[in-house]
Amino acid sequence: MEQHVPADLHGVEPPRRHRRLGRSASPYLLGAPAIVWLAVFFVIPLVTMLSLSIQTCDSITLACKLTWHFAEFPNIIGRYNDTFVRSLVYAGAATVAALVVAFPVTYWIAFRAKRKNFFLLMLLVPFFVSFVIRTTAWYTLLADQGTILSTLKNLHLVPESFHVLATPLAVIGGLAYNYLPFTALPLYVALERIDRRVMEASHDLYATRRVAFTHVVLPLAVPGIFAAFLLTFVPAAGDYVNAAILGGTNTVMIGQVIQNKFLEAADYPAASALSTVLLVLMLVGIAAYAKFLGSRTIEEYV
Amino acid sequence: MTEIDVRLERVSKFFGDVPAVDDLSLDIAEGEFFSLLGPSGCGKTTTLRMIGGFEDPSLGTVYLGGRDVTDLPPYRRDVNTVFQSYALFPHLDVFENVAFGLRRKKVGGKDIGQRVRDAMSLVDLEGFEKRKPTQMSGGQQQRVALARALVNRPKVLLLDEPLGALDLKLRKQMQLELKRIQEEVGITFIYVTHDQEEAMTMSDRLAVMRHGQIEQIGAPELVYESPATEFVAGFLGASNLLDGELVRNQSDVATVRLSTGQDIHFPASKVPSDIDTLVKVGVRPEKISIEADEGEPPAGANWVSGLLRIATYIGVSHQYKVEGPGGTELTVYVQNLGAEEAPAPGRKVRLTWRPEHTFIVKPSAALSPEEEEE
Repeated sequence: MEQHVPADLHGVEPPRRHRRLGRSASPYLLGAPAIVWLAVFFVIPLVTMLSLSIQTCDSITLACKLTWHFAEFPNIIGRYNDTFVRSLVYAGAATVAALVVAFPVTYWIAFRAKRKNFFLLMLLVPFFVSFVIRTTAWYTLLADQGTILSTLKNLHLVPESFHVLATPLAVIGGLAYNYLPFTALPLYVALERIDRRVMEASHDLYATRRVAFTHVVLPLAVPGIFAAFLLTFVPAAGDYVNAAILGGTNTVMIGQVIQNKFLEAADYPAASALSTVLLVLMLVGIAAYAKFLGSRTIEEYV
Repeated sequence: MTEIDVRLERVSKFFGDVPAVDDLSLDIAEGEFFSLLGPSGCGKTTTLRMIGGFEDPSLGTVYLGGRDVTDLPPYRRDVNTVFQSYALFPHLDVFENVAFGLRRKKVGGKDIGQRVRDAMSLVDLEGFEKRKPTQMSGGQQQRVALARALVNRPKVLLLDEPLGALDLKLRKQMQLELKRIQEEVGITFIYVTHDQEEAMTMSDRLAVMRHGQIEQIGAPELVYESPATEFVAGFLGASNLLDGELVRNQSDVATVRLSTGQDIHFPASKVPSDIDTLVKVGVRPEKISIEADEGEPPAGANWVSGLLRIATYIGVSHQYKVEGPGGTELTVYVQNLGAEEAPAPGRKVRLTWRPEHTFIVKPSAALSPEEEEE
């Protein structure tokens, strides 16, 4: 702490104290690991990606050169317009589904359960298993000759031609399932933070359970819903595993196209341009979302 | 007194096997400022919460205005609460906080505006309507909580240590304010506190609770001047208690013989009917005069001799700690009139008081450490 010395005590300015260099540098020193990390793993790849999207590459040697070739953008937007829309629709549907599934569960854990940590752990345990294995497990479960469908077909509850794999439903379901922890945890944190005494106060002020839920719990959970939406929607929109394993030719998502262009076709400029478009779409979407919800509310709670 | 507003009939509340409230009966009259006073864990908050509907009594019946409300949820009771932590809605501004109850009762928009403004002016918070609770000080939040409850014009207002989080000066100011507001709106206040001074300042009547039961109930003066038990005597301000034996209880003067053989006299009317021979006699510190132990003790007064151990000057008064009969520590407050020279520690002194200032109580079980804390 700096001591407060009244200036001009005897008409003479007291000697100014110099802060030691270490102290003024300490915020930067503490921030250094994060700054280096972001520079190496975020800024450099991002700049590389942006720059690649306007380069031209030799198809045989793969040597690329900055040519300010913007034509790739209208080209891929025209070609993959449908895929972009499909990705956003699937991600949105999956996020809504995950919210619908996660909200009652987290509400129950936060408000009613006695052993909160146990039930929260139970909710998360499946996700300790690898992402790809979980998705493959769903493939096995939903397969046309899998246990579920063959049982239903034997019972004549569904027609013989019925199938789930390779349909949008399978992909959306897979996305909703795989990103559930990203939905459930922010929701749980928001619900857990609601003061139980505020709930009592609402009952004291004639709110029935239902009114207390719609007028107190839900508004106070909005920041959690917002965070859950972002954390689920953003990765789901760029996902390529679910569509690749559970989907078919009609359910191709933009993540699959990028992966294909990058790893198989080695069309780096196109892959980069697709990624850039996805990035911009996400940023515009989030900005609109924040505007709609009011950034003040977000700052207050997040 | 007028009509009975709140009646608890043989109410008990168990948490597991532990009784928090133990066979308690209580009548509170309409328009009364009633306090439940006691150390933490005495059951006062549980009692309040049962009136509010936040706890179901394990046994017994709760009546509000003559109606059995035992099984009604809080939102069906014509009672509002000011919570200890205020429990304001963080997502609503002050206006909407105060209007919350009115909106639930489907009061018209115009009326809501008027009633919220009236409530805000009652608690001196005009112009704060657009603030969020987090942008206000503790004292202001407290006033919002009060306005939010009063605006509904409940039959009974429950207050659960509402001043507990405020600093001393603000607390004193709010005590007077609460009393003013209660007189202005004229509704029944039930006030829970562990602060005996707070309870005495505001209450028409108060109940001192311990172990889930009421030890004594009555006007503050009565409970202070004539405590029924050793616990009440000790909880309501400092008291000096001496062990003795009730020897004569006839005509209009009763006598207790101290272990030293000395007799203490007092009006027979002060002897409780259900008392044994082993008793404690007491006197409040401010009722005692202290002087050098010389000459004849004054006739007709009660007195004991002792050794002055500590003399403390605290401005408005002098405080003395005296080692009395049988080593009992006695406290004396003497108003600082500046007339006499204060006695010095180490001297033999005589403590004198009038018989009518003496009280007699049943010995209570010793205080548990949790009770001592407060």
